[in-house]
Amino acid sequence: MGKKLKAKAAPEQRAGTVITIVLLAALYIFLFALDNALPTNSTTVMLIPVLQKGAIYALVCVSMNLLNGFTGLFSLGQAGFMLIGAYSFAIFSIPAAQHPAVYQYFDGGIIQFSIPEAIGGVLGENAGAFLGSILCILIAGVVAGIFAALIGIPVLRLKSDYLAIATLGFAEILRAFFQWDGLGKITNGSNLLRKYTNFHNIKIQVGGMIYQLDSIFPFFIATLSILIIVLLVNSSYGRAFKSIRDDEVAAEAMGINLFKHKMLSFVISSFFAGVGGALLAMFQTTVQAAPFRASMTYEILLMVVIGGIGSISGSCIASFLYIACSEWWLRFLDSGSFMGMSVPFFRDGFRKVVFSVVIMIIVLFFSRGIMGDKELSFAGMMRKRKKKQEAQAAKAATGKEGDAK
Amino acid sequence: MKKILALLLAGCMAFALCACGTAADPQPADDGDTAAASGDTIVIGVFEPLSGDNGAGGKQEVLGMQYANSICPTVEIDGKTYNVKLEIADNESSNDKAVSAAKTLISKNPSIILGSYGSGVSIAASDTFAQAGIPAMGVTCTNPQVTEGNSHYFRIAFLDPFQGTVLANFANKELGAAKVYCIGQLGNDYDQGLLNYFKQAAEQLGMECVVESFPENNSDFNSYLTNAKNQGCDAIFAPTSISYAQLIVEQAAAQGINVPMLASDTWDSNVILGAAQGKDLEIYVSTFYAEGGNADFEAGIKEWINADSTNLSNNGGNDMLAAVTVMGYDAYFTALEAIKAAGSADPAAVMAALPGVTYTGITGEIAFDDTGDAIRDSAFIKTANVTDNVWDFVAVQGIE
Amino acid sequence: MSELISANLPYLLAGISVGGQYALIAIGYTMVYGILRLINFAHGDVFMVAGLVMVYASASLPIYVSVILVLVITVVLGVVIEKVAYKPLRSAPRMSVMISAIGVSYLLQNCALYFTGGLPQIYPAIPFLSKVITIGPASTKMVTVITPILTLVLIFALVFLIKKTKIGMAMRAVSKDFETSELMGIKINNVISMTFVIGCFLAAVGSLLYFSNYTSVIPTSGAMPGLKAFVAAVFGGIGSVPGAVIGAFIIGICENIIKGMGLTVFSDAFTFVLLIVILLVKPTGIFGEKSTDKV
Repeated sequence: MGKKLKAKAAPEQRAGTVITIVLLAALYIFLFALDNALPTNSTTVMLIPVLQKGAIYALVCVSMNLLNGFTGLFSLGQAGFMLIGAYSFAIFSIPAAQHPAVYQYFDGGIIQFSIPEAIGGVLGENAGAFLGSILCILIAGVVAGIFAALIGIPVLRLKSDYLAIATLGFAEILRAFFQWDGLGKITNGSNLLRKYTNFHNIKIQVGGMIYQLDSIFPFFIATLSILIIVLLVNSSYGRAFKSIRDDEVAAEAMGINLFKHKMLSFVISSFFAGVGGALLAMFQTTVQAAPFRASMTYEILLMVVIGGIGSISGSCIASFLYIACSEWWLRFLDSGSFMGMSVPFFRDGFRKVVFSVVIMIIVLFFSRGIMGDKELSFAGMMRKRKKKQEAQAAKAATGKEGDAK
Repeated sequence: MKKILALLLAGCMAFALCACGTAADPQPADDGDTAAASGDTIVIGVFEPLSGDNGAGGKQEVLGMQYANSICPTVEIDGKTYNVKLEIADNESSNDKAVSAAKTLISKNPSIILGSYGSGVSIAASDTFAQAGIPAMGVTCTNPQVTEGNSHYFRIAFLDPFQGTVLANFANKELGAAKVYCIGQLGNDYDQGLLNYFKQAAEQLGMECVVESFPENNSDFNSYLTNAKNQGCDAIFAPTSISYAQLIVEQAAAQGINVPMLASDTWDSNVILGAAQGKDLEIYVSTFYAEGGNADFEAGIKEWINADSTNLSNNGGNDMLAAVTVMGYDAYFTALEAIKAAGSADPAAVMAALPGVTYTGITGEIAFDDTGDAIRDSAFIKTANVTDNVWDFVAVQGIE
Repeated sequence: MSELISANLPYLLAGISVGGQYALIAIGYTMVYGILRLINFAHGDVFMVAGLVMVYASASLPIYVSVILVLVITVVLGVVIEKVAYKPLRSAPRMSVMISAIGVSYLLQNCALYFTGGLPQIYPAIPFLSKVITIGPASTKMVTVITPILTLVLIFALVFLIKKTKIGMAMRAVSKDFETSELMGIKINNVISMTFVIGCFLAAVGSLLYFSNYTSVIPTSGAMPGLKAFVAAVFGGIGSVPGAVIGAFIIGICENIIKGMGLTVFSDAFTFVLLIVILLVKPTGIFGEKSTDKV
């Protein structure tokens, strides 16, 4: 029976894959054009940062969804792991020559090398920036994962809201440590880390021409990471996570090691939060511990809720929508005029009020979010369409039969 | 997994569509450099905090620019008159919001960007301006890192090493302090920079410093002030933003701590006077301008502020002039000089012209040195008059 | 000896005073959690709104009228939040209600940002509370001394209400077992509203005391005191009123001692360390009742 179904679904599946790949290729071509060919005007100037930030938040939201939506662990520590990722990335990629200027109050710091530079010395500057930042991003993820493993040992024993508040607390403690002067030689205390590799440094050289990869790069990393999470969710581990979410006791009775699986989910989620933090650091061009506060986690959580808890595609859509609205589309609400008319209550901050009202409406009346726990899939859409057609055909047939009678 | 990718995709395509939609807007999107001056309008970007910790100061600085714009709304290049438009973006006093605000400004095609109040946000947005090839001019950001090692950031204010030394000298010579309690906000480049330079200068003069920092959003300074008292400090140096300054002043008065308090240009605000009024406190600030320096200018701007209730509330409810407002005014005219010198609204031309620009402003002669910093060798020291609720001029202090 | 006292008395005074203010906020958290099993993230922001209402009311009204207005508006706001944002989600999963609370907190902060224009608002001086007095070697505001006294008086009144009155009995019943008490004829909605009335009233009193001491209100003013008060509630055993009060005083005093020791960077982090330690060692807090999960 199962086999039969699978065989039947195959053509849609294949068609869906083809559509996805085509669209994805189109996206990357568009991004490439955006980075290199399209003229700079007021639209593209805003489009690039919105797409970059959207991709970064999509990744972070998906990583939070893995924990909250698929494993049922309500953790509010995301900002803390992003903080670790952002710092790990920045610390290892500040060019050696810039250390005295960046660590000006800490005698140049103790880490005196830069990974992108080290690789660049062997393979050339552009390759160094590209491979070096990928390596630094990996380091960022690993460091965040290690911290998660350490934090997970005590806190994962806690239940629901206690877990939430404990992870929130850990994020705050981390923030204090990164601001502490005692670690200043590594973290630069509470001062900015800057001058490290950012998206603008990522470029490739093909036959004498240099191509910018400003917005392709975050998309590339985000796509890859989300792909890995999707594979994980669809694996036997993913099924174990979902069973823990649905009923811990039953899952345990079925022989699932609760602690091991919770830990796995927590560490992987934190790894990708760290990767997201590293990308955010690249986006911001400077990094500091102060902005990684609880409200950042709340914002990510709200994006996950808008997209639908337990839907990866929902998280992606929601984060792009959220970023585009807050950074770009709704800016006119702050400007004091609308379509040339002056509106007195459109002043600074109105955008955020409108935004939070919309969020409340979604939370209260559309609590399943955009996607609920479903996924957007072309294969699924086609299957649905086919089923509908079949149903219509069947209906028509039965109608005729009825007439005949 | 394809679903996801698909999704990512679909989202982006939607954006692309919207992008095309916006591009077709009535306001034409400009390509290239010549277009910066399209429609006979030159845009000057204003990158300032209008909310958050530095919101009060940022608003006062913007007032100066808006007043300058109101009395001189045009600029003449090659015999053609262009309107000058200020585009303001709020960086929310926060380094993580700085990049988005900067990009919003860049999308408006400015010829030059003014700001910001607060050094951290200026440093955070610096690379973004550099990538877009737009010159920026700091008005009252005093941390050396803003202009150091780049060619696009200029500033008309003095620097922290200078200001820190001036204050240390003042504490040593005029106040006779031997041990100073220094307090600043964690994670604020402005506070931490000044604390550091003050400490260096103070230790050279043989004074002792106790340095402590408080976390963001802290409102309880009682314990910090008790620390100062218990350590036997005979002066307090607190180069914090206005919102924390007000709390420090209040709590020091309540605790009866009446050692002199020293602060930097941020404290030069009527908010501080309001908090200190009628209390037994001694407050000194170093700043760019002392009221009474130019009567005509002051009469003009006060009339302008009083004429509009929004301006009045942005200035903190009365018409007392803050030095940052005057600096904002000078910055606007220096920017116009640069545009005139460039003979074009093209950001690259303005950037090339900026190092050679000189201008005689209300706050004194403005000229740039090799790093792009203003050449300034003196600061005004003022003290809070707690009975009359005004700042009294004390001295013009330089470093020998 | 007297030197030791004079050096350390200000820390202790500041600690007791801020502890009392945390206690008044913490009660709101602990009572709501006891009944709805909800971490009311918006409670800290209700506290902030109470501060802002005072700022705006006192600009045009006499100070004592403003005080009453603040108490009334805060209570109404709390009840409205419950009716609009929490009641429709009563049968939804716990996580949804918590997210709704985070949403309300976000909304209140953004509204405050819009109305204040992002500028810190200066809290008016309440003549009696803001008077400066001297206690031995230390000088402080009257509010520092009033806070612990007023807090204790209010707590005793509250404990009396919970133990001796009919509505108090209903509250205890509901917090023991939601469904059963409903079956026993207790009007659940009234009890929940009452909980919010009490919680918000105390938060309003807390805001009067807190902002008289720290006279500046910004949109995020409520966030940190809110979180700390919540930690205090967990520390004392969530659902327990005396526990929350003791927790709040301990946190207030420890925080100031840590600042006094020069570890100022960690004064906020300490609160969370305390939280995690108590969660690991005794998750139900010092006075909490042990609950067992039924399958």
